[in-house]
Amino acid sequence: MKCQRCEKPATFHITELTGGKPQELHLCEQHAREYLTESDAETAAATPSLAGALAHHLAVGQTAEELARLDQQSCPICGITFFEFRNQGRLGCPHDYVCFQKELEPLLVNIHGETVHVGKRPRRSKGNTDSQTELIRMRREMKEAIQREEYEKASKLRDDIRKVEEGK
Amino acid sequence: MDFASLARTSGEWLRGAGPESDIVMSSRIRLARNLADFPFISRANAGDRAEIERILRERVMKVHESVDLTYVDVNDLQGIDRQFLVERQLISREHADSEGARGVAIGNNEQVSLMINEEDHLRIQVIHSGFDLSAAWDQINRIDDLVEGQVTYAFSDKLGYLTACPTNVGTGMRVSVMLHLPALVITRQIDKLFRSLQKISLAVRGLYGEGSQAMGDFYQISNQITLGRSEPDLVKQVGDVVPTIIDYERKAREFLIRESQENLHDRVSRAYGILRTAQTISSEETMHLLSSVRMGVNLGLIHDLEIPTVNKLFIYTQPAHLQKLTGGELDSADRNIERARYLRRHLNKEEDGREKN
Repeated sequence: MKCQRCEKPATFHITELTGGKPQELHLCEQHAREYLTESDAETAAATPSLAGALAHHLAVGQTAEELARLDQQSCPICGITFFEFRNQGRLGCPHDYVCFQKELEPLLVNIHGETVHVGKRPRRSKGNTDSQTELIRMRREMKEAIQREEYEKASKLRDDIRKVEEGK
Repeated sequence: MDFASLARTSGEWLRGAGPESDIVMSSRIRLARNLADFPFISRANAGDRAEIERILRERVMKVHESVDLTYVDVNDLQGIDRQFLVERQLISREHADSEGARGVAIGNNEQVSLMINEEDHLRIQVIHSGFDLSAAWDQINRIDDLVEGQVTYAFSDKLGYLTACPTNVGTGMRVSVMLHLPALVITRQIDKLFRSLQKISLAVRGLYGEGSQAMGDFYQISNQITLGRSEPDLVKQVGDVVPTIIDYERKAREFLIRESQENLHDRVSRAYGILRTAQTISSEETMHLLSSVRMGVNLGLIHDLEIPTVNKLFIYTQPAHLQKLTGGELDSADRNIERARYLRRHLNKEEDGREKN
């Protein structure tokens, strides 16, 4: 693939999330750098620039193959792929913060300058979020089982869900 | 909820009182929260959303004993009623425009609103009149505790409150102060202010419209960072910069009076004149002129008008409010006529107690 602004091969693949629709950009190194610095100056005024930060982080030093591999990763709990997250800028479930941790960490540094929460903590609910997360997965699998007409599997899942729900 | 009667009352935060209320319109804090056992909204199907709405509605309304709340099923509302809630700043535009099960619990004279199924499962918002962030924080913190007593929030030891968008993770808190900055706009200093605020990672946006083209010269300053700082720190970060901005705006107003008192007085008087006599007027022009009038009242150039009246006019001349007050749907041309009539009625009666024209 050629760079959209010159004849060199496009080695940087940027998804711009600011504005209405996500916009795909394929650029050579030089134009990618130019694009990122110009959009940085322009969009700094816009809303918290998740898109800018994400584009930055993903574009710098990542080849098309690496990006493609990254995009295919998906969350075992909610099923969202990294590509979908990149496209819509919204995560699918609390577990995404665990399964995409490696990709999200530089992004968090970019946005917040920090990666550790220091504020308020819930008083009541502590330590049971793992079983809560499991509920998201089991409910999804139950729905999928019903769609595939695997009713036996679905009813077992329903019983398991009930157990977890009552156990809390 | 009875929208017709809501349309005749006005929210506490519009009363135009509170510290520095000549320049600071309102102080707002919101918290983003999600249930631990459901996917975020983007991965939630219709069934999940209905379940989230049912659970949160039930639990939030239990808080009703401590905070007087009324629940509105937003999905059931007519478009115009949703728009009305947006104009009133009780729900976001996104919440109004989205689909599926969703609602809002409104309370304490419109100071409090809890949106269910917005970008996150729950968005708690508190708005106070004037520059009053610490009271707003105390109130929202208490409400958050009450709700948390009823549900399990998605929370990680390391990352704090988990949100659909990584820009909100950690505290899930956005602290905003809405400022009326007409003199900085006239003296062309507003862009400079924008740039310096961005350097200290604060976001600025116009209340109505985009960027420096904000209608009515209202600007909202808020924190960008939500992770790695405590809630009181974030309140302080935004709160610390506000007195400086107020000071800039006051200096710009003094400059305008000193250097071109006639021009300023002329501008204010013409604006007032148009608003009192126009027969048809758009929403944009109304905001623009009301901004000059608001500054004129604060500078003592207009004597027969009160700030709460002007604050109210900003909200009540918006499309859904006008249509609620007249009790029917109006097209844009009819709205402009109705808006002019409404303005004449409210701006002329204070002089002699009855409508002129």
